[in-house]
Amino acid sequence: MGDRSQKIIYAVFVLAVILLGWGIDNAYYLQMLIFIGINTLLALSLNMLMGYAGQISLGHAAFYGIGAYVTAILTATYQVPPLLSLPAAVCMAMFVAWIVGIPTLRLSGYYLGMGTLGFGMIVHIVFREWSSVTGGASGFVGIPPLTAGPLTFDSERHYFFLVWTVVLLAIIMCRRIIDSRVGRALRAIHDGEKAAAAVGVDTKKLKLQVFVLSAGMAALAGFLYAHLIYFISPGTFGFVTSIRIVTMVVIGGMASIWGSLFGASLLTLLPEWLHAFSEFEMVVYGLILMTVMIFLPRGLTRGLLDIYERYRKNNDR
Amino acid sequence: MNATAKTMTDNAALLEIKGVDKKFGGVNALRDIGFCLNQGSITGLIGPNGAGKTTLFNLITGVFPADRGEIRFKGRPVNRCRVHELVRLGIARTFQNVELFENMTVLENILVGLHTRTKCGMLESMLRFPRTIREEKKAMTRATELLEFVGLQKYMHQRSSDLPFGWQRLLELARALAAEPGLLLLDEPAAGLNMSETRELGELIKQIKDQGITILLVEHDMSLTMSISEKIVVLDQGKKIAEGPPRTVQSDETVMAAYLGKAKK
Amino acid sequence: MQEILQYLFSGITNGAIYAVIAVGFSMLYSSTELINFAHGEFVMLGALSMVTLAAGFGWPLVPAFVLTVAAVGMAGLLFERLAIRPVRQPDHIVLIIITVGASIFLRGLGMLIWGKDAYSMQPFSDHPPIDVAGAKLLAQSIWILVIVMALTAGLHLFYRRTLTGKAMSACAVSKKAAWIVGIPTKWMVLLAFALATAMGAVAGAIIAPVTMSSYDMGTVLGLKGFCAAMLGGLGSLWGAILGGFLLGILEALGVGFVSSGLKDATAFVLLLLVLYVRPQGIIGSAEVKRF
Ligand SMILES: Nc1ncnc2c1ncn2[C@@H]1O[C@H](COP(=O)(O)OP(=O)(O)OP(=O)(O)O)[C@@H](O)[C@H]1O
Ligand SMILES: [Mg+2]
Repeated sequence: MGDRSQKIIYAVFVLAVILLGWGIDNAYYLQMLIFIGINTLLALSLNMLMGYAGQISLGHAAFYGIGAYVTAILTATYQVPPLLSLPAAVCMAMFVAWIVGIPTLRLSGYYLGMGTLGFGMIVHIVFREWSSVTGGASGFVGIPPLTAGPLTFDSERHYFFLVWTVVLLAIIMCRRIIDSRVGRALRAIHDGEKAAAAVGVDTKKLKLQVFVLSAGMAALAGFLYAHLIYFISPGTFGFVTSIRIVTMVVIGGMASIWGSLFGASLLTLLPEWLHAFSEFEMVVYGLILMTVMIFLPRGLTRGLLDIYERYRKNNDR
Repeated sequence: MNATAKTMTDNAALLEIKGVDKKFGGVNALRDIGFCLNQGSITGLIGPNGAGKTTLFNLITGVFPADRGEIRFKGRPVNRCRVHELVRLGIARTFQNVELFENMTVLENILVGLHTRTKCGMLESMLRFPRTIREEKKAMTRATELLEFVGLQKYMHQRSSDLPFGWQRLLELARALAAEPGLLLLDEPAAGLNMSETRELGELIKQIKDQGITILLVEHDMSLTMSISEKIVVLDQGKKIAEGPPRTVQSDETVMAAYLGKAKK
Repeated sequence: MQEILQYLFSGITNGAIYAVIAVGFSMLYSSTELINFAHGEFVMLGALSMVTLAAGFGWPLVPAFVLTVAAVGMAGLLFERLAIRPVRQPDHIVLIIITVGASIFLRGLGMLIWGKDAYSMQPFSDHPPIDVAGAKLLAQSIWILVIVMALTAGLHLFYRRTLTGKAMSACAVSKKAAWIVGIPTKWMVLLAFALATAMGAVAGAIIAPVTMSSYDMGTVLGLKGFCAAMLGGLGSLWGAILGGFLLGILEALGVGFVSSGLKDATAFVLLLLVLYVRPQGIIGSAEVKRF
């Protein structure tokens, strides 16, 4: 993508955010959009790890949860201002990722999937069982709204702008990483770890770095979630969520930044739409997942593009 | 006597291999291998299938350590170094079964090849300093030069897996050169190439040598190997059975036996 | 002492269940290199079908059991034909998502058929619990152990003695080589799916009397069965059995001596330990993808 077309896309994105932010008055819709933003952050964070570097994580909700719980505990229990709990939450997740990443990232394929899954389950159980600190299975109440100096983000509209500004920054950062030396090395690891090492990429270190970065972004999403809802419970950060994040990435399109946005939107909205099916919700959801993966394994965005290209080629002939 | 000793020290060996052993389970892939590569030379490494040539490459590039023996590069022992560290020190390679980054473009493959010659890290790439942009531009220029060298500049925006096989080999060669190696290991670079492509490859290899890069070449195409190598090392079943200038090796009886014996089977 | 024994009994009972589930994982993995995240859902289908047939329709145990296992095995066959074979790009991320999708689908299906209620049924026989040094051993536990042991012996013989079993082992070693010597690998894959899901059904059917069965019981059971399979060594029959019992016993002792909240954590802590320290499992020999 050229520099210019990228700028145009960013401009359209900003415009869309501003229009939606001012145009929509319905609190429910705004909240939906905020959730899409948070989920986009999650999808983006996992996409860096899974889509670009090719390292699957089935426990990403753990970092999301660490972000949420650390800020909840700091702000509610210890009255730390959110502006300080934010770096604490992000750093905590990154630190955990670093410790866990060293042994886990030596694994690959299913084994890596299982290692991250096990880690995610353990963190989830800690949230649930360490009730003196986390509030246990019934959850953690009384998280204060986000304030930063004179600014308070307690209305949906403010929060909407906050979240989407963060999303925009995150997209720009990720885009920059991907287009840089580091990003190319990450994609090289994805295509062939052996060859990547043979051209001088320190694969171990780079995988760890992107894992830590990814954990930090997920924790940021958790931070935003906690101060949006004021209440968190372990159920939000379990296996199902981890899988949902993976699904967003895969459905949206691996190794595609805008695909993450699309996947996050779809998977946030889909359950809402499927409410119409009430009883059939799970069945339909499962079917959609399977069908997309069977027929469009590169995700909806990529898959549809591929089909379009094939169609065009056939017509040219 | 004195004269030979003198040339030895003058032509300081870039790579020294001494008494190297490697076993895989019960298979003795390499036994007591030792030889030197002189700075700026082309050495051919030949031997029947399964002789241990690729295994030796893997040892030199640090994919796995030798069970015994020593490998020195530029005078320092490198047995314990990891693959990427060795690339930084100046050892680059190509693979027997071309290993490109398939989902990346031709240009991007070379840019990854420049990894050790560029610096920008994770944080810096996010902040994108002027220095970062300068480095990126320089890398781009260098990559284009390399693509011109192997004649692929026209295809730089194609996906590398879309290239015909022969060009993939050239791309892999250019990618290895991007690391600015002092020693270049080529594992059967002519396999799968047709006659004219092989001839062009021979020319390229000579040009690379003229840039002062030492080359260790594994190749089954004897006419190519014999015509460009100054020295030939022959392996058979993990053992070195001959070493010397092409002419003497060609007429060596053990070598003939190794190849013919194989052919008869 | 009596307490320890009591925990041990419950551990062994749970362990037997985990073992059967783990065998399903291992079997499938060894012949297809696939990990079926929907495996737990087949356990759920087994349990709920058994309850419905035996308690709901009042069928005698044996036909109910046989029909349950056969039906779930058929479901496994269908699953392979409809969702796995057509996969265009069978890399592990894609397969993980597909089987996860299947697990959601099956859970949804379970909810459609059985609703959100939990069901229970009578034990297979109504003997009173046996008293061993003050600890009580339920009759159903004995049923479970006997069935699991018989099943294991049967599988062992199947793999060692029958041509089909040997062919399946050959596929596990190298699909290509098996295909070259004329083994119909596609059928073997199909058979592996049917057998593995049938194993899940057996696990479901035998625990139905000692647990409350509901549409969402499968996930946790599946994950634990998987941990057990990893623990013993993915791809090995005896490894799965060993892993299952070990996990069951350690879990029970954990509940007894540390806290009940930690019960679920045991499996995952063990899983991580195995992955970090000995990824091939306790007695596994499968080559592990580890750089
Ligand atoms: N990673 C490995 N694990 C086990 N055995 C190996 C491994 N790599 C090589 N071998 C064995 O070591 C021996 C030497 O193999 P190697 O690939 O080095 O031969 P080669 O000389 O490169 O042959 P070719 O001309 O066919 O490329 C062979 O018997 C091979 O099976
Ligand atoms: Mg070789």
